[in-house]
Amino acid sequence: MPKTLYDKLWNEHHITTLNSGESLLYIDRHYLHEVTSPQAFEGLAKKHLVPWRLNANIATPDHNVPTERGGAFNMESIEDEISKIQVVELDKNCNRFGIKQFDITSENQGIVHVIGPELGYTLPGMTIVCGDSHTSTHGAFGCLAMGIGTSEVEHVLATQSLKVSKLKNMHVRFDGKPQTGVTSKDIVLYLIGKIGTAGGNGHAIEFSGSYIESISMEARMTICNMAIEAGAKVGLIAPDATTIDYVRKHSDLDSNLLEQAEAHWDTLKTDQMAVFNKEIIIDISSIKSQVTWGTSPEMVVDFDGNIPDPELVSEDKKKNIQLAKQYMGIEADEKLTDLKFDKVFIGSCTNSRIEDLREAASIVEGKQVADTIIEAIVVPGSGMVKLQAEAEGLDKIFEDAGFVWRDPGCSMCLGMNPDQLKPYERCASTSNRNFEGRQGNLGRTHLMSPMMAALTAINGTVSNPS
Amino acid sequence: MKMQGNELQIHGLVACIDRDNIDTDQIIPTEYLKSIKKFGFEDYLFDGWRYLDDGKLGITKEQRQINEDFILNNAPYDQASILLTRDNFGCGSSREHAVWALRDFGIKTVIASSFGDIFYNNCFKNGVLPIKLSKEQIEELFSQTQDTSNEITVSLDAKKLTIASVEYSFEVEDNLLERIIYGLDDVDITLQDKDVIKEFEDSRMKSKPWIYAND
Ligand code: SF4
Repeated sequence: MPKTLYDKLWNEHHITTLNSGESLLYIDRHYLHEVTSPQAFEGLAKKHLVPWRLNANIATPDHNVPTERGGAFNMESIEDEISKIQVVELDKNCNRFGIKQFDITSENQGIVHVIGPELGYTLPGMTIVCGDSHTSTHGAFGCLAMGIGTSEVEHVLATQSLKVSKLKNMHVRFDGKPQTGVTSKDIVLYLIGKIGTAGGNGHAIEFSGSYIESISMEARMTICNMAIEAGAKVGLIAPDATTIDYVRKHSDLDSNLLEQAEAHWDTLKTDQMAVFNKEIIIDISSIKSQVTWGTSPEMVVDFDGNIPDPELVSEDKKKNIQLAKQYMGIEADEKLTDLKFDKVFIGSCTNSRIEDLREAASIVEGKQVADTIIEAIVVPGSGMVKLQAEAEGLDKIFEDAGFVWRDPGCSMCLGMNPDQLKPYERCASTSNRNFEGRQGNLGRTHLMSPMMAALTAINGTVSNPS
Repeated sequence: MKMQGNELQIHGLVACIDRDNIDTDQIIPTEYLKSIKKFGFEDYLFDGWRYLDDGKLGITKEQRQINEDFILNNAPYDQASILLTRDNFGCGSSREHAVWALRDFGIKTVIASSFGDIFYNNCFKNGVLPIKLSKEQIEELFSQTQDTSNEITVSLDAKKLTIASVEYSFEVEDNLLERIIYGLDDVDITLQDKDVIKEFEDSRMKSKPWIYAND
């Protein structure tokens, strides 16, 4: 029977079917960070267990780390005592069990989903899990990658496997050439606007089409990263020459192993006659830059489009729209282009890779951040991205324009560290969630691409990047 | 480490939150993810809606400014053990803290028309039963809780819930339900299959050696 890429990855990692009817899936790679792991390590210790396969695990602190360390990469740079406990705890647990950690002093420390691929730990065809919903990012390499809860983190540490039921198959094909100024972030936001944040629930989404084939690994990661915002735990893109090229540059596999692996990776694609449970085809050539206006990623429109009027929608949608507009401080007839922004955040596991920073820098070069913007920050996703950007002089471009250049971490994506919005501040953000209070209590988040965020920093409002 | 098994029946007050897409950031905000414990999250459930001021880990309910308008702050609903809501409950972040907060508050079951996948899974690991009903049924329940009764009885083994003598059947996989009924621990169960996993791993090491290149 013809199979989808997801089916093939599933079969390859399927250990056994349990009496319960669930499957036990073998896990190749397990990423850990400080927030969702302490309770899992505690459970492991209480059962007197040790990690099943030590080197499957890679850890780094990212959520709590301050991004103003000024080169002082140590625990003392964490002023918030409660945050510090978590980072110290990760350190202790990694030392105790012997898990490889890129700790706060490492120049490779960064957001777990950024460092995994760039350090060559994410390889095509792997099953990858992490106590973090944006693990879907690694699906860009043709990996079966998904977020798990803390109980499952413990389970994976202890058994190298996960108990799961199979997801359904969904196919999203993006064809066409994007307009100038339109990026993979816009394309994926557009999709979420169309299918909703529950549109992919219970499904693994495979992305394909001429657009996907034409874009870089960085852009593909942005798309798979946001699959979870469409409700899909798993996002997938079949490995191709672009993938293999990236892996060759980033992994240290010897040529012999690489050759064997590539022969296998070549088979990781959906068979021609395979049937999906859901299929969506989108011509991306007419898509404009997308910006969210509300408190869910599906509340998204063209940057110059109209924000929905609660009076004109069906009864069941009305309340959601009213609540969101109220929270976001948007008056009845206001458009996105009317809104005045207070802060700009360029970063997060969605858009903090080198290509994102290059795109943003190309917009700000030689210009100045608007007077009305209180703060505009750029937070590279990892130590490696930071070094690369500095080698290219991007830090100078940002700083000359009035941006603040920071050290790597999750930062204002969720504000677990000091980078937070104050109540009612309006933020142009390249992150992935505009939920109420996500970037700080009562803060107002508008999701957009790095180019659009850069432009918003310069103009103080959302405008046309093309 | 086995948790206590649960009752076969859940009976209690139902609190309604009439919203779609309640994400896990809403159920418990980021600030409380700094805890390294697995319990003690009851005061932080729906923090942004429950209080008028900013909270911090370690600060209790008594020290906060209560939002009197929020249902869980008002008797008798501060004793609710059942939550009724709309679509896509628990979407967003994978934080199991969201389930821990519901559990610690005393919520034993959440009724919605759909759930975020990761949240749904996390529920069963912590003795919280997520019940999926159709949108029409949810609509009916909302009006019944207004008009007839604010109490619901859930029978776990029969997979039925009853409100004012009207009965609704729900679907849930048996193995997931058993985890709640018997308080089973997955790690213990899986380790009974230790040899099968080892065998699988040994053969994978041979056929896909690049996965194990760092080992
Ligand atoms: S950058 Fe944001 S979404 Fe990504 S892992 Fe960090 S907190 Fe989560």
